[in-house]
Amino acid sequence: MSHRITGKRQIGEETFWIEVEAPLIAAARRPGQFIILCINSDYSERIPLTIAGADPNKGTIELIWQRMGKTTAELAALNEGDEIANVAGPLGTPTHIDRFGVVVCVGGGIGNAPLLPIATALKQMGNRVISILGARDKSRMILEDRFKEVSDELIVCTDDGSYGRKALVTEPLKEVCGRDSKPGHAFIIGPTPMMKFCCEATRPFGVPTQVSLNTIMIDGTGMCGGCRVEVDGKAKFVCVDGPEFDGHKVNFDLMIKRLGAYKKLELQAYEKYKQHQCRIGLK
Amino acid sequence: MVLRIPPVTQEERTQLLHELSQKQNNSGLKPKERLAIPPQDMPQQDPAVRRSNVSEVAQGYTEEQARIEAMRCLQCRNAPCVQGCPVQINIRDFVGAIAKGEYGKALAIIKESSLLPAVCGRVCPQEVQCQEKCTVGLSLKDVSKAVSIGRLERFVADLDKNGAAAPAVAPTTGKKVAIIGSGPGGIVAAADARRAGHDVTVFEAFHKPGGVMVYGIPEFRLPKAIVRKELETLKKMGVQIITNFIVGRTRTVEQLMKEDGFDAVYIGVGAGLPSFMNIEGESLIGVYSANEYLTRANLMKAYDFGKGADTPIAVSKRVAVVGGGNVAMDSARTALRLGAEKVYLIYRRTEAEMPARVEEVHHAKEEGVEFHLLQNPKRILGDAGSNVTAIECLRYELGEPDASGRRRPVAIPGSEFQMEVDTVIIAIGNLSNPLIRQTTPGLEFNKYGNLVVDEQCRTSMPGVFAGGDIVLGAATVILAMGQGRIAAAAMNEYLAQKQVAGNR
Ligand SMILES: Cc1cc2nc3c(=O)[nH]c(=O)nc-3n(C[C@H](O)[C@H](O)[C@H](O)COP(=O)(O)OP(=O)(O)OC[C@H]3O[C@@H](n4cnc5c(N)ncnc54)[C@H](O)[C@@H]3O)c2cc1C
Ligand SMILES: Cc1cc2nc3c(=O)[nH]c(=O)nc-3n(C[C@H](O)[C@H](O)[C@H](O)COP(=O)(O)OP(=O)(O)OC[C@H]3O[C@@H](n4cnc5c(N)ncnc54)[C@H](O)[C@@H]3O)c2cc1C
Ligand code: SF4
Ligand code: FES
Repeated sequence: MSHRITGKRQIGEETFWIEVEAPLIAAARRPGQFIILCINSDYSERIPLTIAGADPNKGTIELIWQRMGKTTAELAALNEGDEIANVAGPLGTPTHIDRFGVVVCVGGGIGNAPLLPIATALKQMGNRVISILGARDKSRMILEDRFKEVSDELIVCTDDGSYGRKALVTEPLKEVCGRDSKPGHAFIIGPTPMMKFCCEATRPFGVPTQVSLNTIMIDGTGMCGGCRVEVDGKAKFVCVDGPEFDGHKVNFDLMIKRLGAYKKLELQAYEKYKQHQCRIGLK
Repeated sequence: MVLRIPPVTQEERTQLLHELSQKQNNSGLKPKERLAIPPQDMPQQDPAVRRSNVSEVAQGYTEEQARIEAMRCLQCRNAPCVQGCPVQINIRDFVGAIAKGEYGKALAIIKESSLLPAVCGRVCPQEVQCQEKCTVGLSLKDVSKAVSIGRLERFVADLDKNGAAAPAVAPTTGKKVAIIGSGPGGIVAAADARRAGHDVTVFEAFHKPGGVMVYGIPEFRLPKAIVRKELETLKKMGVQIITNFIVGRTRTVEQLMKEDGFDAVYIGVGAGLPSFMNIEGESLIGVYSANEYLTRANLMKAYDFGKGADTPIAVSKRVAVVGGGNVAMDSARTALRLGAEKVYLIYRRTEAEMPARVEEVHHAKEEGVEFHLLQNPKRILGDAGSNVTAIECLRYELGEPDASGRRRPVAIPGSEFQMEVDTVIIAIGNLSNPLIRQTTPGLEFNKYGNLVVDEQCRTSMPGVFAGGDIVLGAATVILAMGQGRIAAAAMNEYLAQKQVAGNR
């Protein structure tokens, strides 16, 4: 079963969106779940991407990703009509969506993509949704329009002030937590250091905080243990026990180091790929 | 007499075979004469060379070797070897056929009981199954001198290069069967259910079918082409194989049966949950479960990283592997092939208790894996960047026998010592993956998380059958195959009854 790409757009600096055929996944997926794809079967890497949206009637899912290395670059080089050999899912435990009252959803960079289905479901559940979106600069701010649709309040900020408020997301997050109508729950998705600091921000306010972890994965079914993190001092497998965890209990420092385990090799592979693309005149 | 000198050159072997055959034809070989025939060693790649390639280590018997080896068989009337075989292959007769040069007949005899002889010939622990019971080994008081039944099985299976014609399939019954997991148990269950005329679909979570035979057992021990051939045969029979389909996530067992029209299901999802030791330092960079290490290396072909493959793996100098089974041997030998200078195998009992196949232990030693017996890790140490720098172990001695009858290893207090390593691979076993359990209410599991089945491999849910590692705990290829076969038979019977009931 191959998966045809039925739509593709670049939606920001280094950020891409596709809609791809995966009828069974579109029917089964719930917010917070992800897929693992493998572009071709022999040599490609398996990489996890969150299901940013799905249309069960059309049988398609939406994926949004940032070009980071070789595999995400290869994916970005595909176009409408092209096929992805392997898409497996939906994986992970779905987000626990409940009536919390006021919720705050914080997205950083590409994290806005996995956050969107959660914010949407929270809104549908009748929560008052406050969304805080952050990015390095204006060109990297994605999905603002779609968050507008599902948020009762939207705060946008950039690190350099090129768009919205000039601030890190932790600033407005602290303000929101300090309000009289304190949020009953916080959902944070973004780069790992950002999630770490957001958890530090909510901790003093006692706001339960959920993060979605993006560790390195292979199978995504609990078979290899490569995705393990320390939560409350115990090893947990992100692909089956997560990807969402109580952020106040996650050992982020160790996780950040583990994410860098293959930095040198990944960089080599990406550089080689880019050189090759130049030589064959694709760039 | 020629028989005394182990023949080493091809010429000498041809000569020996000629003499043996003549003797056989004239007066017949006497048991004493058979026992004097030198056991035939299997040609193999030189250890120094094979350390740096992933090609198969053991290269298989030549025709002369196979026939000489087969003539060592005494053709025992009670054939004790057959009792030692988990699927009761008619070993005496197939070995006899090889001795006569009737290879097609030999293969047909094996295939009556086993569908994957090229695999089993390579990976079965023969020394504790058929060969342990073999009269020749017993007479020579050395199990390693038993008739090499596994090597002979492999020899005839490998002759069958293009694969036998796909087995005949009965007229369609209109019944649909789902096989979950494409390991050896699933493959056999699929073949047997298809032969009975059912419409069979195999669902596999990974992007490539074959189970542990593909993602776990390395190329140098079991070439993937062999598994591919078996899967091709399944397809030729009309079995559909759907990859990237995770039962419990993509669809549940219940959905398959209630909404998708499957009349029966075989669950053969294996034992896919790696055990860790729960010691300090296990989350450091450079600590792998054997499953992760082997999956990166085999399925994702990390040995070709930078030469096409995109999945990286640690570039290691000194590797510690913890465990004493096949999984540990495979990890250690894979680490060597990925360029490690030193590989330490740490096991808390002695070599006699190691569950690995003797041949693998032997090969690992030949290749330079250092065995550290009666030792066990206490913690793993790392640097400021959380990279592994050393492993601290305790020394052990053997105490009183435990429930399994093996002497229990006891730590010697104060015996801690450290070894410098940059990679640690934990190969201490697998538990059952809980996904099916969590998503299939109504299925009965035991306290170890294994599926409970009766002698016919029926689970607590009507129409649902199971076998292999999910039932047995981490076991063997042949036991999984055997259960796949039993389950398929029970399933075929169940479906036939359903058919009758439906026609009424
Ligand atoms: C549950 C989950 C959901 C995710 N959802 C999204 C998403 O919606 N959009 C998005 O842009 N990214 C997402 N990611 C991250 C994405 O998988 C990585 O960016 C991608 O694998 C990088 O691959 P690469 O070859 O392009 O880059 P590489 O050069 O290989 O790696 C770049 C960095 O990505 C991380 N990474 C590498 N390999 C993997 C791997 N196999 N699995 C996970 N991370 C890896 C490492 O930290 C690495 O340093 C998600 C990750 C997880 C675990
Ligand atoms: C490294 C290693 C070396 C070994 N060496 C030997 C040896 O030398 N000799 C020997 O006899 N045995 C050996 N074994 C054990 C042997 O491989 C297993 O006992 C045997 O493969 C079990 O077969 P199985 O039919 O239970 O399925 P498995 O081979 O375990 O395959 C199960 C399949 O099901 C798939 N699956 C899991 N969950 C799902 C799901 N929810 N939906 C769909 N698919 C799913 C998995 O991806 C996998 O492909 C070894 C095992 C390992 C790990
Ligand atoms: S026990 Fe050994 S000698 Fe006897 S029939 Fe079996 S293989 Fe031959
Ligand atoms: S990715 Fe292998 S266990 Fe999570």
